[in-house]
Amino acid sequence: MKLKWISYPYIVWMIIFILLPLFLILFYSVTYNTSEGLGFTLEYFQRFFEPIYINVLWRSFKLALVSTGVCLLLGYPMAMILADKELKNRNVMVLLFIIPMWMNFLLRTYAWMTLLERNGILNSLLGLLNIAPKDFLYNEGAVILGMVYNFLPFMVLPIYSVLIKIDKNLLEAAGDLGANSATTFRKIILPLSIPGVLSGVTMVFMPAVTTFVIPRLLGGGQFTLIGNLIEQQFLFVGDWGFGSAVSVIMLILILISMGVMGKYEKEQEGGGLW
Amino acid sequence: MVKFIKRFYTSLIFLFLYAPILVLIIFSFNSSKSRGSWDGFTLNWYVEMFQDRQIMSALYVTLGIAVLSSIIATIIGTAAAIGIYNMNRFNKGIIMNLTYLPVLNADIVTGISLMLLLIFLKIPLGFTSLLLAHITFNIPYVILSVLPKLRQLNKHLYEAALDLGASPLYALRKIIIPEIKPGIITGLLLAFTLSIDDFVISFFTTGSGVANLSITIYSMARRGINPKINALSTIMFLSVLTLLIIVNKRMDNTEEGDN
Repeated sequence: MKLKWISYPYIVWMIIFILLPLFLILFYSVTYNTSEGLGFTLEYFQRFFEPIYINVLWRSFKLALVSTGVCLLLGYPMAMILADKELKNRNVMVLLFIIPMWMNFLLRTYAWMTLLERNGILNSLLGLLNIAPKDFLYNEGAVILGMVYNFLPFMVLPIYSVLIKIDKNLLEAAGDLGANSATTFRKIILPLSIPGVLSGVTMVFMPAVTTFVIPRLLGGGQFTLIGNLIEQQFLFVGDWGFGSAVSVIMLILILISMGVMGKYEKEQEGGGLW
Repeated sequence: MVKFIKRFYTSLIFLFLYAPILVLIIFSFNSSKSRGSWDGFTLNWYVEMFQDRQIMSALYVTLGIAVLSSIIATIIGTAAAIGIYNMNRFNKGIIMNLTYLPVLNADIVTGISLMLLLIFLKIPLGFTSLLLAHITFNIPYVILSVLPKLRQLNKHLYEAALDLGASPLYALRKIIIPEIKPGIITGLLLAFTLSIDDFVISFFTTGSGVANLSITIYSMARRGINPKINALSTIMFLSVLTLLIIVNKRMDNTEEGDN
């Protein structure tokens, strides 16, 4: 088929709206304004390695890693349960996982404040059991909860989509050869599900590391994560150079994870949510 | 026993996922304005939201952007998918990697880079800039929905049409488009829902005076969210739910058709 030309509008669009913006970020991250015009600098990248910003990066990574771990621990068993169901029931169950994602995510996160705040619903329930009210909100735990809540489906769905593709005959063969269910899981299910796990980990970790809304709402704004840092540089501080440099660092992280994903994608066509 | 544990675990996970949504829906019927207390049942918020100028303008912006951006993205994206499908392996690889970039990229980086572009091109921030941004992040999802359908397509059908004297465009219209239609519609609906739900990219690419619902909610969050927003979201949630059930039905049908 000779229909390549009909993708040209997209290619033009892509160059203007995907590539050019990324070059602009790169450009802003290494240039500064002087009276004689533009100069080249690596100062913004250097500044990122100051302890205060490395701490921000460290905290973002720590919270995102913990959230990703919790998502994996909660999500893997859930994906196994979903993959186990009778087909008819299964589609509905998978749909039930997707539906919450279509309620505005700011509102859902905000609803957690209603649930968790000091005179909120959870504390009222605890009050019925004569347990003194606790501060659930505005700490790291609340931020992690928000991340797990928002990104759990991104962990469950890729693992699920890999698990249902596993050939049932393999499991039966393992059983016939004397493997118990634990061995079957360790030797067959787990290794075969690794592409789904990797895809899930990427899809949870990347948004978790860069979110700026969840720490703002559930962390009460006292936790500056990398997303908040970028937002502040552009909207409040007006330091575009530094904001761009932090964005470039995030972009490099994303490219690395794309590379890892791409390696597995060759083996299984599509992969991930698609 | 194992079955019970599975059921119990599933219920706990679904409770976790649905608790906030239930809270939102319940509080849209709360006659008290604060989210702290329950003062009785009312439908007032459902009436009053239609008189709230800020909320209605946000709704119009959200829907307008969602309709326009999803249609434009579907046209560009479908054409792109057909073209990409016909490329050689090398070009296909490059284009697909670039297509995955906005999907996997952090929203905040996409948002900021688009903001820099809009300022660089001197496009005023407002409805148009918001629309351009939404089209941009929607196109890859359309391509990713349409491409699998193209892979399932029987190549010989198109060639047969050409042999029988059809022009390439005629064959495209009569053979390819009808065959990949389910993918196109899935892509359109996906683009529409993504556009409605987007906050981060919109936040950086809109100008003063033009706010979609997400931006309005974010700016309200500090003062406390008005129950009118809960009422509106409940209605939208139920609409999207209906839409999603339709999509799911369609996908089930096409899957059955493929087998």
